[in-house]
Amino acid sequence: MARQKKLLRDNYHQARWDESIIFELSVPGERGVLVPCACQNIVSQVGDGVSAIPANLRRKRAPALPEVNQMRVNRHFYHLSQETLGTDVTLGISEGTCTMKYSPKVQEHMAARHPGIVNVHPLQDPDTMQGMLEIYYQVEQFLKEISGMDAFSLQPGGGAHGVYTNASMIRAYHRARGDNKRTEIITTMFSHPCDAATPNTAGFKVITLMPDESGYPDLEAMKAALSERTAGIMITNPEDTGIYNPRIEEYVKAAHAVGALCSYDQANANGMLGIHRAREAGFDMCHFNLHKTFSAPHGCMGPATGAIGVKEFLKPFLPVPRVEFDGQKYILNSNYPESIGKVRSYFGNANVVLKSYMWIMQHGAEGLKEAAICSVLNNQYFMKKIAAIPGVVIWYAKGKRRLEQVRYSWEKLKQDTGVGTDDVNKRIVDYGIEHYWTSHHPWVVPEPFTLEPCESYNKEDLDEYVEVLQQISKEAYADANFVKAAPHKAASHRPTHEAIDDAELIAVTWRQYQKKKGKK
Amino acid sequence: MKKLGVIVNPIAGMGGRVGLKGSDGIEILQKAREMGAEPESPRRAIEALKIIAKLKNEIRVLAYPDEMGADECRQAGLDPEVIGSIESGETSPEDTMEAAREMAERGVDLILFAGGDGTARNIYTAIGPEIPVLGIPAGVKIHSAVYAINPRSAGEVASLYLQGQVVNIREAEVMDIDEEAFRQGRVNARLYGYLKVPVERRVQSVKSGARSEQAEVEGMAAEVVANMEKDTLYVIGPGTTTRTIMERLELPNTLLGVDVVLNRELVDSDVGEKQLFHLLNQHKGKARIVVTAIGGQGHVFGRGNQQISPRVIRLVGKNNIIVVASREKLVALQPHPLLVDTGDPDLDQELSGYVRVVTGWEDSIMYRISNDAD
Repeated sequence: MARQKKLLRDNYHQARWDESIIFELSVPGERGVLVPCACQNIVSQVGDGVSAIPANLRRKRAPALPEVNQMRVNRHFYHLSQETLGTDVTLGISEGTCTMKYSPKVQEHMAARHPGIVNVHPLQDPDTMQGMLEIYYQVEQFLKEISGMDAFSLQPGGGAHGVYTNASMIRAYHRARGDNKRTEIITTMFSHPCDAATPNTAGFKVITLMPDESGYPDLEAMKAALSERTAGIMITNPEDTGIYNPRIEEYVKAAHAVGALCSYDQANANGMLGIHRAREAGFDMCHFNLHKTFSAPHGCMGPATGAIGVKEFLKPFLPVPRVEFDGQKYILNSNYPESIGKVRSYFGNANVVLKSYMWIMQHGAEGLKEAAICSVLNNQYFMKKIAAIPGVVIWYAKGKRRLEQVRYSWEKLKQDTGVGTDDVNKRIVDYGIEHYWTSHHPWVVPEPFTLEPCESYNKEDLDEYVEVLQQISKEAYADANFVKAAPHKAASHRPTHEAIDDAELIAVTWRQYQKKKGKK
Repeated sequence: MKKLGVIVNPIAGMGGRVGLKGSDGIEILQKAREMGAEPESPRRAIEALKIIAKLKNEIRVLAYPDEMGADECRQAGLDPEVIGSIESGETSPEDTMEAAREMAERGVDLILFAGGDGTARNIYTAIGPEIPVLGIPAGVKIHSAVYAINPRSAGEVASLYLQGQVVNIREAEVMDIDEEAFRQGRVNARLYGYLKVPVERRVQSVKSGARSEQAEVEGMAAEVVANMEKDTLYVIGPGTTTRTIMERLELPNTLLGVDVVLNRELVDSDVGEKQLFHLLNQHKGKARIVVTAIGGQGHVFGRGNQQISPRVIRLVGKNNIIVVASREKLVALQPHPLLVDTGDPDLDQELSGYVRVVTGWEDSIMYRISNDAD
């Protein structure tokens, strides 16, 4: 029995606080914390502490920080938090491709409070941080087992950073063999855009494959693109559409046949844990986003970890230092002359690695597999319900199941009523649900929306989400203009495209804001 | 208050339902009527105008009399200001041209018209590319790219534009075919020019880091130019996409014609087929052809660039063809392939398959080329 009788929160209303920017709250002289003066014997030893800094490095004026008392600051940020919808107050199902699962709070507590974590500094002697290094080492062993790869690096600070690192290793591998002709990387339209963007940043030309009629990357097109110039293929599976490519081995074989390497983007491996491995699919390298599948919170640009895994023959190229066990203790080993070097300061985001370690340990091998099975099962139930909503179309591969997420389309709703995906997305927040992820650019599927009901959500959660979309569809057919004028109950109305896109209008610092608003 | 001009070509689309392939020419029109053809465009215009009627208090609407716009506006619930004069039941292309001219003089912000390729061409001839226009598709044969996908979409996009909401303005091809030849089974479509058309943006906002289409096309031009080989003769086909390559080279460009470049210098402008063939024969080294997809159906050869004839293509060689296009264009085209219709079926067959379309700086997409519009 559902614990909440009414699923649709039609009385929901978001707070609107008319809150000023914190700089505008500034009152000269007001303080949040009164820092005590240094005591006499410190002063006698270090002086005023400022004159030791060379004159040309000293600022002439104090920084223009807002001067606000502590209570007001506290209230300010609570107000702002009430004007947003975050994962802890709403259903993260909206953020398809992001794998917004519930991350147990105990992980956060450990990362933020455990003295063995918060008091460790990466410049300490490794002998004095054996616990943290053990966690690194153990996570690497887990990921090796989960993927079938032979070695991992946890250094990259994000998913795209991981893909970039893999592209850099592809380059290093071919160069080490004296093969400098390989300048091209092949990816697919529905792979994450970083599979195109980061190899490009790493110096490769990028060739993209369009989907064929079934929604799979066009294999014949790939065969036509492969040559002695191909350095590698970098692809996602399942792609953004949620369609798993069962012929993935054929793609890998075709690429290997011309001497290219195969890199598997498994940023989101949530539907595959314990079921499918990069090694058996034939790949040479892969990556996982610890901040997706492995339950470190994902969002706001990090902190994150793009864990990259390789087969033995690519191990020499992995970033250094590597965390290794010499039989007695854990060490940081930088003695890899062919390594591409360091890709991140120190050895990456330790607190993300810690949270993933905890999550894996809480689940165990069987638990990981169960998480994958539940996420796939959730998606099957969810997709069936959503496909029945008037106005929804599921693009490609008719009758085929999707794995853990689905790229849906409101194209029919748009044709029938003029209400498109942006409109529905503005209305959804009126029911207390976070705006959903439409699609990466470009919109190959028209009027797209991408939902991912991870294993954390139960039937009641899924039903609530479905009910909201059903309601909006009903509203669109009855009164399209009402939906197009949404949101009606959210903290902010529709921002214009210019406000989001136009570099001339965007201000990310107070100084820019004043300049662009003509206040200074 | 924004001003909208409405022009309906009341006879567009009449030939289609009775299998006549177009309705240009009085005799054909007569024939179509005898065969029981019903005008297609008024119904479609009304469908689009009904959506715009929601803005009736926020905009001014100018329309040509009777069936050329005023009737449709009223039926859709709009109260248009009627300008000009026509002989009802006897309208002609000249009326369309006159309507466009008068609306331009009165400073309309957008002309919404219902018709086919001929109508678009008439408007282009009358007023050129200055005022944004948008077509409601009603014609039998639409090669031009100035039309919305369907009447509803035309109404939606026009409404957004008139409300000052952000839509992109794109230069879109005006193409028309010789209907007489078409009825005899030959397609001879010419590229007449470009009109400015508002299009609804179908891309995600800043979060996805989407580059603007213009930036991508400029990247494409930089890519093509950076890879230009010494002593290779470059045949640059018509279109706004290929124009960016000439701009990148800082060379004068023929938008609707073919230009020839060697070692980053202009060899000849707006060459005809014979001149092109002659230049290629005289040139000792390698040659390459740079073309883009022309028109709403994505023709790489055979529409608007007939100067690049089968013998020219054969001389240059299949492997020396560079196809360029924006990502947006290919995405809009899929699942349909790019098309070739050179007039030489064997060559079309040879050209079919996969091509690597240059879409940006160090960026390309594998796309299918077909000799058969499926």
